[in-house]
Amino acid sequence: MSKFEFPESIKSRPVYGTLEPRPGKSHLMIADAEGAEAILGLAVQDPSLMAKTHIIYIPKGTDFGDKLRALNPAQYYEGPSYAASVQRLRHVLENAHQGLQVYLTGTEGLMGQAQNEAMQAGIPHTAIQTEHRGSVARRMQCVHCKGITEDVMTDPFVCSHCGLNLFVRDHYSRRLAAYQGVCIDAEDPGNVPEPKELYT
Amino acid sequence: MTIQFNEETFRDDYSFYNSDWAIKRFPFPFHEDSYMYAVNMEQHRGGPEGSVYEKRFDVDEHYVSEMRDRAMVLADDPLRCQSLPHMTLAGWDLLELIMVSKSEDYPDLFELNRDGNQWRWINKPLGIDDSFTFLDETTLPYGPMEYITRQAQGDFCVLDQRDEMLWMDAGMVTTQADWSLDFDIGMNFFEWHAPVPLAHEMGIFKRALKFLLNIQQGAPARRLNWTMTVNPLLDTSPENYHKWGIQKTTLTPENIGSKQHLRVELQTFFRLPRSNALVFPIRCYLCSFQDLMTMPKWGRRLHRVVRDLPEELATYKGFIDNRPMMLDYLSKFDDGLPTSPGVFPDFETEPPLQTTT
Amino acid sequence: MSAAPQKAKPGAEAIAVTVSAVVPLNDLVTRFEFKRSDGEAFPTFSGGAHTVITMNDDGRTRLNPYSLMSDPADTSTYAISVRREDKGRGGSLFMHTRVKVGDEMTLTYPVNLFSLDLRARKHLFFAGGIGITPFMSMIAQLERMNGNWELHYSVRSEALGTYVDELKYKFPNKVHVYYDDQSQSIPLEHLLDGQPLGTNAYVCGPKGMIDWVHATASAAGWPDAQVHSEEFLKPEPGKEFEVRLCKSDKTITVGENESLLEAIERAGVAAPFLCRGGACGQCETDVVKADGEFIHRDHWLDDDQHASGEKIMPCVSRFLGSLELDR
Repeated sequence: MSKFEFPESIKSRPVYGTLEPRPGKSHLMIADAEGAEAILGLAVQDPSLMAKTHIIYIPKGTDFGDKLRALNPAQYYEGPSYAASVQRLRHVLENAHQGLQVYLTGTEGLMGQAQNEAMQAGIPHTAIQTEHRGSVARRMQCVHCKGITEDVMTDPFVCSHCGLNLFVRDHYSRRLAAYQGVCIDAEDPGNVPEPKELYT
Repeated sequence: MTIQFNEETFRDDYSFYNSDWAIKRFPFPFHEDSYMYAVNMEQHRGGPEGSVYEKRFDVDEHYVSEMRDRAMVLADDPLRCQSLPHMTLAGWDLLELIMVSKSEDYPDLFELNRDGNQWRWINKPLGIDDSFTFLDETTLPYGPMEYITRQAQGDFCVLDQRDEMLWMDAGMVTTQADWSLDFDIGMNFFEWHAPVPLAHEMGIFKRALKFLLNIQQGAPARRLNWTMTVNPLLDTSPENYHKWGIQKTTLTPENIGSKQHLRVELQTFFRLPRSNALVFPIRCYLCSFQDLMTMPKWGRRLHRVVRDLPEELATYKGFIDNRPMMLDYLSKFDDGLPTSPGVFPDFETEPPLQTTT
Repeated sequence: MSAAPQKAKPGAEAIAVTVSAVVPLNDLVTRFEFKRSDGEAFPTFSGGAHTVITMNDDGRTRLNPYSLMSDPADTSTYAISVRREDKGRGGSLFMHTRVKVGDEMTLTYPVNLFSLDLRARKHLFFAGGIGITPFMSMIAQLERMNGNWELHYSVRSEALGTYVDELKYKFPNKVHVYYDDQSQSIPLEHLLDGQPLGTNAYVCGPKGMIDWVHATASAAGWPDAQVHSEEFLKPEPGKEFEVRLCKSDKTITVGENESLLEAIERAGVAAPFLCRGGACGQCETDVVKADGEFIHRDHWLDDDQHASGEKIMPCVSRFLGSLELDR
């Protein structure tokens, strides 16, 4: 299940594409887990990219690291988590110039958060490429307490901060890099359906 | 002062009420006996004397209490008012628009004195008398948008215009029909409307966007939108839905007339001069069913509209579960007589309710 | 409230003005300044906005768009700068030869189709010739906001360098001028390289220059959304053609030197418009029947729409043959 076709949805839900090499002064590739495969694919399409590429990779227990390193990018960094990598990412973006191409691949949570950093740094979101790979887990914001619950796999789910039972909406905020979770039993407290795995 | 301001609440004991004057000028949103989405824009250049359409920013008997409610909402949750950094100039544009409009349209309530960029603003109903330097944020207690929208009824969305698109990049949103500024800020026109059913497929938003992008300085526009709210609760936010959602279940055949409110938004659109942004004020008016029924035409029509509304819309507007009870109540005010065209109540000319006893 | 969506009104709101100054700047360009005839203040505007001026040329009405180039914060005066086009359709010649101080004219409220992206970390301006005008107001606006900007301005010669002296005097470190007759040209590739992330580029000038900036920026990896351009198309003269206006039940002839929009207006039919330059989309008109060949010149409709033959932008586009419109 490395490439998943998301069902068609509402206009705020992100649509992911397929990474392609684009002309640029420099290239920043950020991936987690199976996203590594999309980067390997990019390198096959245009091996010359790597001399100007900085790869930030979060393996999440996978073993693609050696293959990515073997691409011999100008800079390679492997981080234990996104949170651990974000300071580096910000520093890179702060010092970047127009003409930088950004490629994001892997889980929705990783792509969304990295996209937000790139947008804050001044790149229009329409110019940032994305390709979904790996887990279909969602990053959810509880609209009530504002807490983020990572890697949500079921609908409904329990907010990891305030404990409310939330249903999973497709309404998505680029700024928060999260989908919206809304209390499911507000009008009938305690009536919470059995959680179902997403996309089943 | 010409307006008697109500002492009332929009929470807890819900002492909100409409005077006869307010009922008569209520912006009833249905111009015929059925409802479907439409772009339904018209110019915002005044309207019948005394109507909510007459002034650029309508001030009514609820002004002082609504502003008190807004301050309470913001104290609980400051994220209801946000402005992305590039929207400060649009905030000044909005402050100018509201101060100039209100001081010209309600000279007995508001005064604006300008000497270059040295401004003095007097808001008599709220007891405010502030001097500040226009375009200098350090001279106001809040950012310009927050400062002025704490003194103006209705929500305000300030939309940046870029790449043939509108972006929700700032807003003051405390009287909303169940949407979150904190979640939607930064979205484009299609994205923040994404959860609305049917309208995308109908091409409504594409047409509306084209219209809005072309709204020019000096030529504001307006339209109405509506939904239903149980209790006169202004702050029907998603943030607090887990608290107020339960109120929808408190309707009974006995209390529905006073508890169930038609909620109407008078939406206006102004191009802002310095920023080229568009401000989208969304003014919320509430009226209980029993007050609406005092106008026979509105009674007949509301019954027909609620009865014939497509299921998706009744669901989206959040009253699908209560619709049968609403219809039981409303049907008593529909004698089957025809209604006159247009939104105004035509109280003098429409026949009274024909009772069948 | 009525429910029917209103038909767009022709043009933006009008302001009656009096010409307060006519200042020749060089052999080709003259600045015109206006005061409001009612003595009130003008609305302020955003940098890059334009106005449409109405000229009464011996009974023939001409409507031409010009960038507002005065300081947006100065609400006492509006100013435009007009380049004389000897081979044009006559609007600029009318301005140069007939308009005098004290004349009464009509301007529209400002309309902005070329606004600053206020999120930009830096604004990089590229002007060619009379394309300098929108940047004059943008610069005034940014100066008040302590904005970060830089201008690269290409002119034919020192003698034809409109506003060069003023700009260089006021902003010696931000303004860079390139003279064609001294074989100087804008070092575009070099300038696009190394700009901080979030820089936006703006270009106004001849079509060739606009295309060059877009193509060069794109090749250097700049996002399209960060390269802005404004090119007012002028309606080109062309062969006379006949048009049937179905709704108004009129048949009109579009003369060689007028646009389809002007011919429609001359026939007394109200038609919506804003920019009159093929950019804003306001005059988009449905084609009922077409027998012949479209000459589409607008930037509004996409290629598919042009090919479909279902729509035309009458402000700049023409037709060879016989045409029926839903107007």
